[in-house]
Amino acid sequence: MNKQPGTSGLIFNEPLLWDKSREGRCAVSLPKPDVERADLEKDLIGDAPELPQLSELDVVRHYTRLSQWNFGVDSGMYPLGSCTMKYNPKTNEVQAARQGFAGAHPFAGEEFSQGALKLMYNLEQYLAKLTGFDAVTLQPAAGAHGELAGMLMIHAYHAKMGKQRSKIIIPDTAHGTNPASASLCGYDSINIKSGDNGILEPLAVAAVMDEETAGIMVTNPNTLGLFESNIKEIADIVHSKGGLVYGDGANMNAIMGIVKPGEIGVDVLHFNLHKTFSTPHGGGGPGSGPVAVGKTLEPFLPVPRIVKELDSYKLVTDFSDTMGRLHTFYGHFGVMIRAYAYILSMGGKGLTDASKLAVLNANYVKESLKGTLNLPYDYPCMHECVFNDEFQKEYHITTMDMAKRLLDYGFHPPTVYFPLVVDSAFMVEPTETESKEDIDQFISAVKAIAKEAQENPEKLKKAPHKTKVTRLDEVAAARKPCLRG
Amino acid sequence: MKEISDLNLPDDVKYTESHEWAKIFDGIVTIGLNDYAQDQLGEIVFVELPEKGDTFSKGDEFGSVESVKAVSEIYIPISGEIVEINEDLEDAPELVNESCYENGWLVKIQPDDVSQLDDLFDKTAYFDTLKG
Repeated sequence: MNKQPGTSGLIFNEPLLWDKSREGRCAVSLPKPDVERADLEKDLIGDAPELPQLSELDVVRHYTRLSQWNFGVDSGMYPLGSCTMKYNPKTNEVQAARQGFAGAHPFAGEEFSQGALKLMYNLEQYLAKLTGFDAVTLQPAAGAHGELAGMLMIHAYHAKMGKQRSKIIIPDTAHGTNPASASLCGYDSINIKSGDNGILEPLAVAAVMDEETAGIMVTNPNTLGLFESNIKEIADIVHSKGGLVYGDGANMNAIMGIVKPGEIGVDVLHFNLHKTFSTPHGGGGPGSGPVAVGKTLEPFLPVPRIVKELDSYKLVTDFSDTMGRLHTFYGHFGVMIRAYAYILSMGGKGLTDASKLAVLNANYVKESLKGTLNLPYDYPCMHECVFNDEFQKEYHITTMDMAKRLLDYGFHPPTVYFPLVVDSAFMVEPTETESKEDIDQFISAVKAIAKEAQENPEKLKKAPHKTKVTRLDEVAAARKPCLRG
Repeated sequence: MKEISDLNLPDDVKYTESHEWAKIFDGIVTIGLNDYAQDQLGEIVFVELPEKGDTFSKGDEFGSVESVKAVSEIYIPISGEIVEINEDLEDAPELVNESCYENGWLVKIQPDDVSQLDDLFDKTAYFDTLKG
């Protein structure tokens, strides 16, 4: 047996459910009808849908086997940079499954939903406290939606001030969704380059900031995993021309309880409960992208807002400057429960320790691998570090080849070819939940792959070898997609 | 990927900084992606082109090219009206990789002002921009 965990064992074949179907096989026995049988009118009758006929065990095995072809954070380390694939503690699931929450209904009315409203209210308070802001909305469905909410508030602010602006500044180290959110608000993106050390220079901002510019969108820590240490000065420049600072907090996992964006000039910040606050994401479930604002933007928050009066909670829509409603009902409540459970489990100190460990782990990976992979920006990093394939080019091995090969070693590949500011990026975010032993195994796997790149490059070009599905022909898949089974 | 010295850069076309080429024949300008662009993009899987009759000003985005690596916008080197698009690319986007100056051309345009071509790079000047 191979000693590397998660790299050997059976991979079960599994046919389609329709191939397993047998006429008359059934997983349920319905009770005898207690009403008289009534025939449908002829014109209401058509052919039955072709559903497979299966036993319960057929179905259980089918989905269990399919799930084993997959790779999740519950099966191995998932160092997908920019995504914060930390472990999702199972207590979060237990709390979300409590009958009072799982059975809650948005039409139940405020008087029957006090527990749910209290949870949402408290979660808003915790998030505001953690980030140094005055108010929070939980409505946005995920990060990009939160970004849009934030930008719509900036848009509403300028409209209220009597003069709409036309542009927004976006650095090359911001998240890729930022220009899209700005465009949806009608702003043209003005792209600026980060400095040689990977962080934003105040002079570059001052050069483009004018009174036609609505503000700046800054991802901090940025997509290179570096802290924007000039943020305060940049915020002052933007504010002096009447602009506002949008903070993309997708990378909050590095700074919880350590940096409060609301206190260093950021006017509005979104964060992702499904990253930083340990709720499942990717294929695992819906996201949630709350937005926090300071006093300047508070009047523009989406409605309904949760208001506490004495000891009861209610939903209030009567705010004259609100940007309006963003989502049906109140956002993804199930995700909020999980994040709330996580915050209470960890406590303030626990959250800060999590950030410290996330940063320590990323720096450990960065230092351990920097001779093995090229490290274009060699500075102390935050929660993630970005390498590329420069050292492997002479063997014609790419970032993609190495990423695919990692699967054979039992690891999910890191984020690749992002951020764009690093050519052929290989972006590792170990998160705080991996032990030193697991991280060491990851490091030795990458080192082994770099050695293979020299000695046996062909093996890498065809990787992965041990997965259920091996290297896909991406070109054929894109040129001649087969869209139906 | 190719070394810069291995690139095929014909003498009889003009080049843009954004790696398109343009060539005039009988008053109509044919536009395509050059060898550097197709090589950098890698295997092209989809080409999005404008419609016949659309008009563009020099420097406008007129479509996009998608490879397995990235989607790239393409910019018009000269103002005018699109008179023909390369319909073969719909089923065979790989023509841009295989024959970027011949069968893999993108659009033909009726230029508003032919003299705009003079502002584009010739082979030597374009080659210098690549060398940086």
